[in-house]
Amino acid sequence: MSGIQTNIKAKAHVYGDHIDTDRIIPGKYTKTLDMSTLANHVLEDLDPNFNKIVKQGDILVAGINFGCGSSREQAPLALKQAGVSVVIAQDFARIFFRNAINIGLPVLELANHKIDKGAELDVDLKTGIVKDLTGGVTYTATKLPDIMINILNEGGLVNYLTKNGSYSL
Amino acid sequence: MGQTISEKIISNHAGKKVYAGELVISDVDGCMASDTTGPLTIKAFREMGGKKVFNPKKCALIIDHAAPSPNERIANLHKMMRDFAKEQGMRLFEIGEGICHQVMVENQYVKPGDIFIGADSHTPTYGALNAFACGVGSTDLAATMMTGKIWLKVPQTIKINCSGKLQDGVTAKDLILFLVGKVTVSGATYQTIEFTGEAFEGMTLASRMTIANMSSEMGAKTGIVHPKGLKLDYDFEAITPDDDANYIKSFDFDVSGLEPQVSAPESPDNVHNISNYEGTKINYAFIGTCCNGRLEDLDIAAEILKGKKIHADVRMVIAPASQSVLLDAISNGTMKTLIEAGASLITSGCGPCVGTHQGVPADGEVVISAANRNFRGRMGNPNSNIYLGAPSTVAASALEGHIVNPKKYLL
Repeated sequence: MSGIQTNIKAKAHVYGDHIDTDRIIPGKYTKTLDMSTLANHVLEDLDPNFNKIVKQGDILVAGINFGCGSSREQAPLALKQAGVSVVIAQDFARIFFRNAINIGLPVLELANHKIDKGAELDVDLKTGIVKDLTGGVTYTATKLPDIMINILNEGGLVNYLTKNGSYSL
Repeated sequence: MGQTISEKIISNHAGKKVYAGELVISDVDGCMASDTTGPLTIKAFREMGGKKVFNPKKCALIIDHAAPSPNERIANLHKMMRDFAKEQGMRLFEIGEGICHQVMVENQYVKPGDIFIGADSHTPTYGALNAFACGVGSTDLAATMMTGKIWLKVPQTIKINCSGKLQDGVTAKDLILFLVGKVTVSGATYQTIEFTGEAFEGMTLASRMTIANMSSEMGAKTGIVHPKGLKLDYDFEAITPDDDANYIKSFDFDVSGLEPQVSAPESPDNVHNISNYEGTKINYAFIGTCCNGRLEDLDIAAEILKGKKIHADVRMVIAPASQSVLLDAISNGTMKTLIEAGASLITSGCGPCVGTHQGVPADGEVVISAANRNFRGRMGNPNSNIYLGAPSTVAASALEGHIVNPKKYLL
């Protein structure tokens, strides 16, 4: 994977189910091309401390339907800019899922994970294997369609289309 | 093997018969972005080497989410959109022309049987027209503008059959809120919903748009209303599902006894009969949005408010879904009635619903809104609470100062 780091060992910030895009980045902050504005307000209505405690490379973990609501790509951009290296959830809302891959933010679906707040995780994006070093459990993520793997391998859809000109399955 | 409506529309575009689960690269018949998603779309379009959009007549930009611009930062983003549209020879819908989904339908950017891609999550609204319409983010939309294509997985379909006719005083919004409550906010993720049955057959295009619009609140890729009974100003070929089409899940509801519904904070699927919330004091009543800002929505509010004044402790904001809706509401007297009752008219657009401007609630305030989302902070203040209801419920509640069943004003 040229565009992104494939082996990530970092701390998990764990939240619940149905985290909507208004909680990830409120609509009032989305009208900007300045990524630092997005990062400064990321998750502020869910956890006002998040942008103070998150460190470059950290992992965001959630329950079901992560990223539901708006189509705003500012949601994965805000997380990426704040330092989040990968988002793990039981499942994702579909537009968020596509947006994250398209901007080169890896997303992994672990249907039945029981990862606790603060856990140390070891993630291999190539195999989709996630080791919960604190909980002592190893999970395997749902495999992405090949086209999404190819987009992610290029670091996102801009690089993919710059290189290929159009889509191929 | 039989096909669902989605499978048929995608097959027509793929040039071969396809079924749920298959991946396709499909031509699209139209695409659009708003001022929330457009600037990032333009940035991505340039970064991926885009020079010309695939067809300027099939691409549109709409300034609706923060219209007119509330500050210099957003004014500059709007300018970027205007400059891009001029350069590309494509149409930009200016401030006040209307909400993206309303103007796409009114101006026939989308028609029955089309595949339409919009950089807004309520793009499934066009399922009212028997089209396959999906919401995407900015970079996907940039790719579609450049190539005229989208990659997608043919979705599985959930069938929702509603038998019986809605009672007088019960509207399409009450029905779709009820269905969101049953299916839940993640109950249709990645799937198409087909709405079928007697309850939908007599519905206007406007009501069908309210239904399809909230497919998004069930996580669906899109929602399509069965075209039986659909009337448009032009001829079209309806696409109907085969009798032996394969559905992942089916729901059957008899909705003849349905009461007005309310979605309570802070998730659209927190839906209950209105009787559970009657008496809840409100500060602010809002009618508008891609869900419920059309003429029939303003008309029913005017019917309730005619010759009366809204409650002294309530303010009311009206945002017509488009300039065309506004002109019709002026012509038929509805707008005069609403303003005489104490409502405040704002520019057609999305502002209050997305918390951008033009009506942010204060700390501790309660809103009754005809919109489609009540997530915490949705209207710009995380310390306010939003209840969702039909335009009739919003109008009746504005009159009494608390949530109330509107039926008594409509029978």
